[in-house]
Amino acid sequence: MSIGEGDQQARSTADAVARRSYGRLVAFLVARARDVTVAEDALSEAFAAALADWPLNDCPANPEAWLLTVARRKIIDISRRRRSSEMVAPQLELLTEGLDAAEADAGIPDRRLALMFVCAHPAIETGIRAPLMLQVVLGLDAKTIASAFLTSPAAMGKRLVRAKDKIRQAGIPFSVPEREELPGRLETVLDAIYAAFTEGWADPGGTDVARRDLTGEAMFLARLVAELLPAEPEALGLLALMLHAEARRRARREAYGEYVPLAEQDPALWDAQMIAEAEVLLMRASALGSIGRYQLEAALQSAHADRCRTGRGNWSEVVQLYDALLALHGSPVVAINRAVAIAEIRGAGAALEAIEAVAADVRLAEYQPYWAARAELLAKTGANEEARRAYGMAIGLERDPAVRRFLQRRQSALE
Amino acid sequence: MEYVLFAYVDEAGWPKLTKAEQEQGMAAYTAYYEALTKAGVLKGSNRLQPTSAATTVRSANGKAQVLDGPYADSKEQLGGYFLIDVADLDAAISWAARCPASMHGVVEVRPLWAMPA
Repeated sequence: MSIGEGDQQARSTADAVARRSYGRLVAFLVARARDVTVAEDALSEAFAAALADWPLNDCPANPEAWLLTVARRKIIDISRRRRSSEMVAPQLELLTEGLDAAEADAGIPDRRLALMFVCAHPAIETGIRAPLMLQVVLGLDAKTIASAFLTSPAAMGKRLVRAKDKIRQAGIPFSVPEREELPGRLETVLDAIYAAFTEGWADPGGTDVARRDLTGEAMFLARLVAELLPAEPEALGLLALMLHAEARRRARREAYGEYVPLAEQDPALWDAQMIAEAEVLLMRASALGSIGRYQLEAALQSAHADRCRTGRGNWSEVVQLYDALLALHGSPVVAINRAVAIAEIRGAGAALEAIEAVAADVRLAEYQPYWAARAELLAKTGANEEARRAYGMAIGLERDPAVRRFLQRRQSALE
Repeated sequence: MEYVLFAYVDEAGWPKLTKAEQEQGMAAYTAYYEALTKAGVLKGSNRLQPTSAATTVRSANGKAQVLDGPYADSKEQLGGYFLIDVADLDAAISWAARCPASMHGVVEVRPLWAMPA
């Protein structure tokens, strides 16, 4: 075998390991090092060592165990280098223990769930939890994450470093919370995953690769949590919600990339398998007997899908679901969606009254769906001038060019 | 790990309480103090005099500037602290949540800077 071939093989083995095991490896190392940055650095140094060693000595039979052995030594090196600034010494002995089992056996204990609870700990700033999870659990680099979250790589990098410092300095535990605390703490994990998903969803046309990939990564995390906590109804609910949204991705754009609203979508274009999986998850979740925000949101998506497929009007059921959601997770956004559903039963006038009740919320001034919903309702009542202005606001706030064009067409269709 | 729980409370509220309410308030803190002690996590605790007794010192160019009053003027003032030794942040947070100050003020949880041995 030539050197070039050896390089090639080493690289493809390392890539395959990174894809299938990155999260497990880093979680295992964090459990030992008690320091996310040290674990990440050690793992990346181990990967670099592999690319140098494997072409010369052939790829090991168990590359994961090889990487962990090297990473363990790197952890000790890195910790020694840093010892002067902060305490690490007491943990050094611990590091050398407990890895032998992993070396002997390919089965690395899966600590990814604990790692997710670290990243989404309530002591971590809310806005950085999703980026942190994407970086720490999935190994995405700051540049990719920054572009998906529309911030500069430098700023994102700094915030990630600060969050990891906080994990170490504040002593955030590396563990899955106890039974009684689990539902509350799980909420922050699910919220962070959903934040990553919606950030990716903001580019449904899929023209921006970083953002489209983000929905896939978020889906992976949601699947992981649902698999690792199969008796947590909200974890199942979140996955069901994301599957419903993802199932309609293709139908949200027509052939020329124009935006198609739900009511005008062709259900034949939906991914039936994803919808079926979502329905099974929802059934399992509801059997667990504890309702929550994500289950309700998924149930709403399920109801919308069912109506579009069968043509059977189910608006009162939809309003009921929104009522429950509003009681549980009151937000002006939910109130707006509820008002749109009310329009289908009691008319646009009643819906506008419902919207007025939340219109004072300052958060809505910059919220596109509020203005778009308001515009649609005003247009239905014949208040064309007001509708035109509301469409103008919605158009000005929209990031997605296809949705902007859709709103412009609606606006110019006014008499 | 060692953490300090800083109790920030509205010190102007205390004198406005009736005698009975003050006694009740003191009893809550005493009970909390005892719980910390019995759990074996308490390393130290003190109540501070009100901020009217505070003096702020800042040295610039070798000259000390002395000002009357606390460093930061805010709605709540630092009224005391509890130094505890617990396993991790979650344990510290659960003690902070039991502190009476978390009910009528806020409790800030800060890890101590561990000095290398």
